Amino acid sequence: MLRIDFNSLRFLVVDDNAHMRRILRTLLHGFGAREVYEAEDGASGFEAFNHFLPDIIITDWAMPVFDGLELTQMIRQPEGNSNPYVPIIMMTGHSEKRRVTAARDAGITEFLAKPVSAKGLYERIVNVVVNPRPFIRTKTYFGPDRRRSATSAYTGPERRKGGKADAAKNSTALEKVRSTG
Amino acid sequence: MRSRKKNTAVIATYGDHEVIRPENRLRGYVSDVSPDPDEEDPVASAEHALAELSGEFGTWMDDECERLDKARKVIVHRGVNENNKMALFHAAHDIKGQAATLGFPAVAAVADSLCRLIEFTPMAQRIPVTLINQHVDAVRAIHREYARSDAVQLAAQLNRKLRDVTDHFLVEENKGRPDIVEQITGRG
Repeated sequence: MLRIDFNSLRFLVVDDNAHMRRILRTLLHGFGAREVYEAEDGASGFEAFNHFLPDIIITDWAMPVFDGLELTQMIRQPEGNSNPYVPIIMMTGHSEKRRVTAARDAGITEFLAKPVSAKGLYERIVNVVVNPRPFIRTKTYFGPDRRRSATSAYTGPERRKGGKADAAKNSTALEKVRSTG
Repeated sequence: MRSRKKNTAVIATYGDHEVIRPENRLRGYVSDVSPDPDEEDPVASAEHALAELSGEFGTWMDDECERLDKARKVIVHRGVNENNKMALFHAAHDIKGQAATLGFPAVAAVADSLCRLIEFTPMAQRIPVTLINQHVDAVRAIHREYARSDAVQLAAQLNRKLRDVTDHFLVEENKGRPDIVEQITGRG
């Protein structure tokens, strides 16, 4: 049986509602987490992300000033942040399809519709820890692979070009070459 | 202390995209062990912790309803503008999202109807203040009377009426925007 050592994970909760932050903190402590940081809007959430280097971010969508989508877009900057791959779980009262699509296209890792339950939150945390998806970078997108499963039943057009990798590289090795070149 | 070292990632380049497999730093926090019979399941443990907190939920819901009422009063006194419209929306949206967790699930639907009224009215100034008042009063009344045995049925009736009036108004306001009308009527 797979178990997650919540004790070692560092969480950042971003929500403008103090009651919801308290609920999430209680659930995370209940799972066994010790390190739970909080921010009350997207701007302070981004600052906390850079300062505390969380392993997982749980954010609300609708927040004044700087919302959860904007926070996600700020974090998913491949050249700008120490960990643009950080798992982001977006929790929201919006559950309409167009909202889910917008959140997915901003680069969130998991979507959690309110009302929040211990089981729902736990399942999403387990998923981002145990089954991380690769990231995709195109001209217009950087974030977790939006194709959650490889299905042979898909009959629509193939939108991605290039069946085989033209080159595989290790990013740190490439950076070394650049720095010495 | 967490490392600020850049994540090492294996990158495969294709015609118009790259597939990046970042180093999974979280994998080290997963172990494959037999469950300890004395150890409580993490989900049950979290539910237990939340149950212990639930004594405060009634007061929290009071706070949320008061916040909604304050946002409504600002609109009644000053008329609708972009700022106070968003304050009302956030207050209603938080109730919609939290009501079930706080133990008042029947309140959520009316809060949702108020969110739709605000979100789908193209010109904020045209949102009828009477309809805002009816929604806010309904949210507060359902919460206040929640202990009644017929509270859930009454909430459902109130919600149906408010939703009908709201949808009728929204369809009229969005004539010429078929995509929005489809969303409002649920045919989208």
